[in-house]
Amino acid sequence: MQKISPPSQGKAAWRKASRLLLGAALLTLPLGCGPKIGTESKGALAGNQAERVYVPPGKYDEFYAFLSGGFSGQLAVYGLPSGRLFKVIPVFSQDPEKAYGYNEETRPMLQTSYGFIPWGDAHHPDISQTKGELDGRWCFINENNTPRVARVNLSTFETDEIIEIPNAAGNHSSAFVTENTEYVVAGTRFSVPIPQKDIPIAEYKGKFKGSLSFLSVNPKSGEMDIAFQIRMPGFDYDLAHPGRGVSNGWFFFTTYNTEEANSLLEVNASQKDKDFIAAVNWKKAEEYLKAGKGKKERAHYAHNVYDENKHSAKTTWKEEVTVLDSSELPGLVYFIPTPKSPHGCDVTPDGEYIIGSGKLAATITAHSFSKMQKAIAEKQFDGEAYGIPILKYEAVNAGSVNKAGLGPLHTEFDGKGNGYTTFFISSEVVKWKIGTWEVLDRQPVFYSVGHLMIPGGNSAKPFGKYLVAMNKITKDRYLPTGPEVTQSAQLFDISGEKMELLLDFPTIGEPHYAAGIPADLITKNSRKIYKLEENTHPYAAKTESAARVVRKGNEVHISMTMIRSHFAPDNIEGIQVGDKVFFHVTNLEQDYDVPHGISMIGANTSELLVMPGQTETFIWEPKDVGVWPFYCTDFCSALHQEMQGYVRVSPRGSNVPMKFTLDGEILTAR
Amino acid sequence: MKKANLVMIVAALLILAPFFFPLWRIVLEAPQYPIPLGMDIHINKIVGIGEHDVQNINLMNHYVGMKNIPSHLAELDIFPAVIGTMAVLGLLIGFKGNYRWFFAWFLMMAVLGVLGLYDFYLWEYDYGHTLSPKAIIKFTNDDGTPMAYQPPLFGTEKILNFTIYSYPQLGGGLMILGVLTSLGAAVVGRVQTTRAAK
Repeated sequence: MQKISPPSQGKAAWRKASRLLLGAALLTLPLGCGPKIGTESKGALAGNQAERVYVPPGKYDEFYAFLSGGFSGQLAVYGLPSGRLFKVIPVFSQDPEKAYGYNEETRPMLQTSYGFIPWGDAHHPDISQTKGELDGRWCFINENNTPRVARVNLSTFETDEIIEIPNAAGNHSSAFVTENTEYVVAGTRFSVPIPQKDIPIAEYKGKFKGSLSFLSVNPKSGEMDIAFQIRMPGFDYDLAHPGRGVSNGWFFFTTYNTEEANSLLEVNASQKDKDFIAAVNWKKAEEYLKAGKGKKERAHYAHNVYDENKHSAKTTWKEEVTVLDSSELPGLVYFIPTPKSPHGCDVTPDGEYIIGSGKLAATITAHSFSKMQKAIAEKQFDGEAYGIPILKYEAVNAGSVNKAGLGPLHTEFDGKGNGYTTFFISSEVVKWKIGTWEVLDRQPVFYSVGHLMIPGGNSAKPFGKYLVAMNKITKDRYLPTGPEVTQSAQLFDISGEKMELLLDFPTIGEPHYAAGIPADLITKNSRKIYKLEENTHPYAAKTESAARVVRKGNEVHISMTMIRSHFAPDNIEGIQVGDKVFFHVTNLEQDYDVPHGISMIGANTSELLVMPGQTETFIWEPKDVGVWPFYCTDFCSALHQEMQGYVRVSPRGSNVPMKFTLDGEILTAR
Repeated sequence: MKKANLVMIVAALLILAPFFFPLWRIVLEAPQYPIPLGMDIHINKIVGIGEHDVQNINLMNHYVGMKNIPSHLAELDIFPAVIGTMAVLGLLIGFKGNYRWFFAWFLMMAVLGVLGLYDFYLWEYDYGHTLSPKAIIKFTNDDGTPMAYQPPLFGTEKILNFTIYSYPQLGGGLMILGVLTSLGAAVVGRVQTTRAAK
């Protein structure tokens, strides 16, 4: 540093001052260089992360991720690693965009013993498995409010079946499949009197009961049937997962509120040091059924099935259910003490360890299946609850991941010997080693993660590349959108030793749980069109010359066709005020991604969105005379704007003849 | 049997290829058709490459007023008979005839081939130029004349948003090979004959 020497008498003083100044300057340098508080690292590292989530135009994601919509009632489909939303599959809630729950063909899907219900609370999707591995045939999901289980067809990405669960209130520990999709389970969250009766609420303890239901799945069609229900004590059944491999034939359900509180559960259900994981031996249940131990009880519940060829759903009413009483049948259920209000109950890929995440504890508890078998054989019990033996905690415990975090909720596995658990209260994901129970890594999430998902992470064969954390609190993560903000999912790369955050992406509704699967297990079976020759809808018109309008009293049934770019017929006369007009519309296209829509002015329902080869129906009840237009609502072609028609409505009792034409020609003449 | 006769028999058999393989393929590619549409012309029918391609090509083309691709072409009715007859003749010539007959057969096939191609061209001309007067979209060329949509007889051509590829398939290729083989048989036969005469 060059400095012009000042006059000699102040030289020493200046040298001292300049050294002080230099020292002070050097000390302040690090403050400018270090990482700024609150910002993520930039530069080369961020660029590398961007590359790992970027899917270039025209290319495909590696995985499908099915995330539940929670209070939206639907099932959303995303791609990983891009986090892009591809579809929201309507399951338990009406969807006017697709006419699900609006058109005549899908209204029966939302039928229940309480009547037609336009909404549901969809929590936990689970993809079907064969021999413990994801097979991509169906995705099952539960409804938590009016207990139901739905089956979504992964070739058409539509809901094909919804079955109601009787003797149940709240269906939470659902809809998880066994290792070979023999069963999909349901379990009650709210215990109630079974059967329902007028009783003071305070008499809950001992008098309210729970149900764990096992629905058999037909291996060819996927159709469900309640094979049996196990009557259980009035605890709350939270989550469930199947045994696999060594623990094949068992299913594990977490419980909380073993205190059997009925009010201020927040406090009163959090008193006991340990609640239970219920170990259910479903192979034993099958034996008891064969031996005639199942009791047939009267029930009344809906079974709704959608037929892909008829393009219609039908409701069948079931009037009975087979019940096994856990208090009377030894060997059917055992209780494993688990701290403390355990939430997640997750089984390692080899089936040996059952991991209980005690949401009010600071530890993750691992139970050993082989120790459990030994404890049962040696009758190492610590009393019983309602006739169900309680196994000794020490006899079954394999270890605990100690001081892992606050509020463990849910665990999945990467197939490389590691478990990953969410911690809601300390807002992080923790990676730990199976067997040694030591913490290997922890990463903060933004904010307060509920559940996480690793594709196949709840199977014998996980794909340990990505992890999705589904967070409950978003706050400042994205551009604000008023008081109500999206819920945020975060994508982590877990292929290395440490977890690495790659991406935030917003989600619809509230994802409670997710199921991921490699894309090619699904893409090869994805349907492109419905074949017209397979359409057996009773009002389908498979050619324009087959289009017709038929009067049946004051019902008028129009069988109309749609093809680029016109309806046939598109001029209809002879309708009268007070008629109930059914528009049965068939899309004659046999080309991929050419849907047509239709809507009529003043119709008290949604549009129809009809796929190639499909037929759908909406009802219009004209209230006034006049000439009323309808049109195609989905941009289908260059002449989409011209795709429209008119209906002439005459006064009730008029003698205007029924006439239906296209370009002035009666259709049968074409 | 003389070598040349064997070659002639091979030639006669080769022209039967169109009974087993498609003759010609026309492919239509467009930005909105990443999986292109197309049709294979067989000896007696036109079949879409994708199951519903012919219906979808018709749908595309109706906007410019083109007629539907016929399910039934008169030419394709007589084609099998003509080829069959020539094949039988060729086999007879192969067994009993000499190079002069081979050459005559070659000439006949060549003439029939040219006639067939010319007929194909005429059909394509008609298909591309006969447009409905009520066509939804009417394009015009730079010189003001109405645009036509005739697919190329052979090769690649871009018409509006479509790139059209028109090329022979295995059946057509083998048939052409068969015709050329008969010429080869004639040449070989002549050489063999002149050598024997020396």
